[in-house]
Amino acid sequence: MAEVRFEGVRKMFGKFAAVDDVDLTVRDGEFVILLGPSGCGKTTLLRCLAGLEKMDGGTVRIGGRDATDLPPRRRGIAMVFQSYAVFPHMTVGRNIGFGLRMQKVGKAKIDEQVLSAASLLHIENLLERYPAQLSGGQRQRVAVARAIATKAEVLLMDEPLSNLDALLRLEMRAELKGLLQKLDVTTIYVTHDQVEALSMGDRIAVMNAGQIVQCDSPLQVYDKPADTFVGGFIGTPPMNFLEAKVAGNGSGPIVQLSGGTLPLGGQSVEALVGRELVLGIRAESIGVEREAASELIEAKVLVIEPLGSHNLLTVRSGSDTLKVSTGPDFFPEPDTVIWLRIAPERIRWMDRATGAAIETGAERPAESSVMVEAPTAEAAAP
Amino acid sequence: MSMVSSAERLPGRRRTAWIPRALLYLAAILVSLWVLVPIYLIALAAFSTQDDVYRYPKKLLPTNLSTETVSFFLNSEGVYGSLVRSVVVAVGMLILTMAIGTPAGYALARFAFRGADTFRLGLVSTRAFPVLIIAIPLSVTYLRLGIDDSELGVILAHTAFGLPFAVLVTASVFAGISVELEEAAMTLGCNRASAFSRVVLPLALPGLAAAAIFVFIVSWNEVFAASVLTLRDRTLPAQVLSTLEGSPLPYKFAGGFFLLAPAFLVIFVIRKYVFNMWGRTVR
Repeated sequence: MAEVRFEGVRKMFGKFAAVDDVDLTVRDGEFVILLGPSGCGKTTLLRCLAGLEKMDGGTVRIGGRDATDLPPRRRGIAMVFQSYAVFPHMTVGRNIGFGLRMQKVGKAKIDEQVLSAASLLHIENLLERYPAQLSGGQRQRVAVARAIATKAEVLLMDEPLSNLDALLRLEMRAELKGLLQKLDVTTIYVTHDQVEALSMGDRIAVMNAGQIVQCDSPLQVYDKPADTFVGGFIGTPPMNFLEAKVAGNGSGPIVQLSGGTLPLGGQSVEALVGRELVLGIRAESIGVEREAASELIEAKVLVIEPLGSHNLLTVRSGSDTLKVSTGPDFFPEPDTVIWLRIAPERIRWMDRATGAAIETGAERPAESSVMVEAPTAEAAAP
Repeated sequence: MSMVSSAERLPGRRRTAWIPRALLYLAAILVSLWVLVPIYLIALAAFSTQDDVYRYPKKLLPTNLSTETVSFFLNSEGVYGSLVRSVVVAVGMLILTMAIGTPAGYALARFAFRGADTFRLGLVSTRAFPVLIIAIPLSVTYLRLGIDDSELGVILAHTAFGLPFAVLVTASVFAGISVELEEAAMTLGCNRASAFSRVVLPLALPGLAAAAIFVFIVSWNEVFAASVLTLRDRTLPAQVLSTLEGSPLPYKFAGGFFLLAPAFLVIFVIRKYVFNMWGRTVR
């Protein structure tokens, strides 16, 4: 077990800063996801920690020890590679025991640890096989078993599930999460798949252009993205962004959108008034109504995509196009007019110029189920 | 309309679909015959009696096999010595070439160093340089160094010929082995050297063996440099070439066979091993 600390880590490829001054602390036993689009530097950051890339600046500490100049084998890490990197010329058993053999562990101890790692991944019956005789999913298991067999303090995973087909990935995701909970090892996991990140990690560090944009719990990252990039990258569909202005009028502050105005109720708005804003709202935080009301925004249905558990609507309101998630029984005809209910407490405000979120101090209810055609009694009176 | 016409055309197309395939096989058979028939005739003559070698029309079937011609060749003046010398030169050159070429190929495949492309191009261009031009200066240099007419001299010359191939072939072999395998070994406790010896080398072995075969044959079949740089102690091709004009027909056939045979033997024996290894190491 060990804490991992990145301090001002930089890595250049020519003039391009792949990792640009990253600070991050991963607590002992924590499971942190590095999430970001391809080319954002997440894999490079992981490789800096593994010692496979020479850093151009900064320090990495593993278990309090400065590991910046240590070779990979002296860092107390184990790594699962995207391509699995299972040695083709060794049997599964010899693959899993490779790290232990390099540590000159006794034969009996090796056999014992190989068997226990293999049985954790349910491949104890494949120990005599060669990798060429295995399926992709099985090779993946070998790669994970090999990494955990040495009982390293820190486990690094570089997109371990990305080469599996969709169904297998879903299955392996849950299994891997369960396994890592059981092992209680400090884990850093790189992925570009936001569903994987949301479902697995204790914390998600969202990266963009070589920097960590936000590092929070999955729910926090989803509900309170630090900027438009995070809101747009995380979630299917991504967060809706509408150009907006907040103004005070006689009966309280209102939001001016291209498709109408919206009363803000009792929200604190000092930070918002008079600024060029972006209103961020999740598709499932928007309610839909058939009838007009003063607090609703008019919108025209463009496309309706039934997805079984819910319907995804693409609607146009003024000059903005939004994604709205509704219940599976809401089927408006295309081109009909519907009314959107945007709950003020679910809005994430961003600055239009910088894209950074603006903290209004308003508290949001932690979780609320998707509301479709909410009963009129619940509609707030102006 | 268009659907109907395409449906009508389909059977016709099917009727002629075998033609390109048949032409391909025909071409393959012709090319094979072009290579195999002379080899067969040489081998046949080498294992015939001397009388049969002289007889016209030639016999096309091995009805009267004999080692008479072969033993006549082997007992000819200087042949046995040159055969041994050829083996010594080829093996020595093989070791030297692979010892220098393999690390160079590895570096070329793994590291992006300044001038890597120029180096690659330079290797290829050495083959465009006619040996004829350097033959005289080389002979003079060898005479000065006192390595003329020696195995070492021919080994060095052949190494120079074989090295570009060895570097390029081994580079492509190493490039085919994922860097991640090496990195995985390094995270599992290896340093660079042990990652190479425990992971990369076993995986590269089939490819390296293929490169070695090729290099061996470069030396075995090389005749020009061997002829220029030696006078009395010659390799087999040089020996055969120099005595060819004044030799009887059986000598020529048996000599031809001995030039061919080892190359074939090596190819067949090692090829089997190469394919075995590849079969097992497919990703």
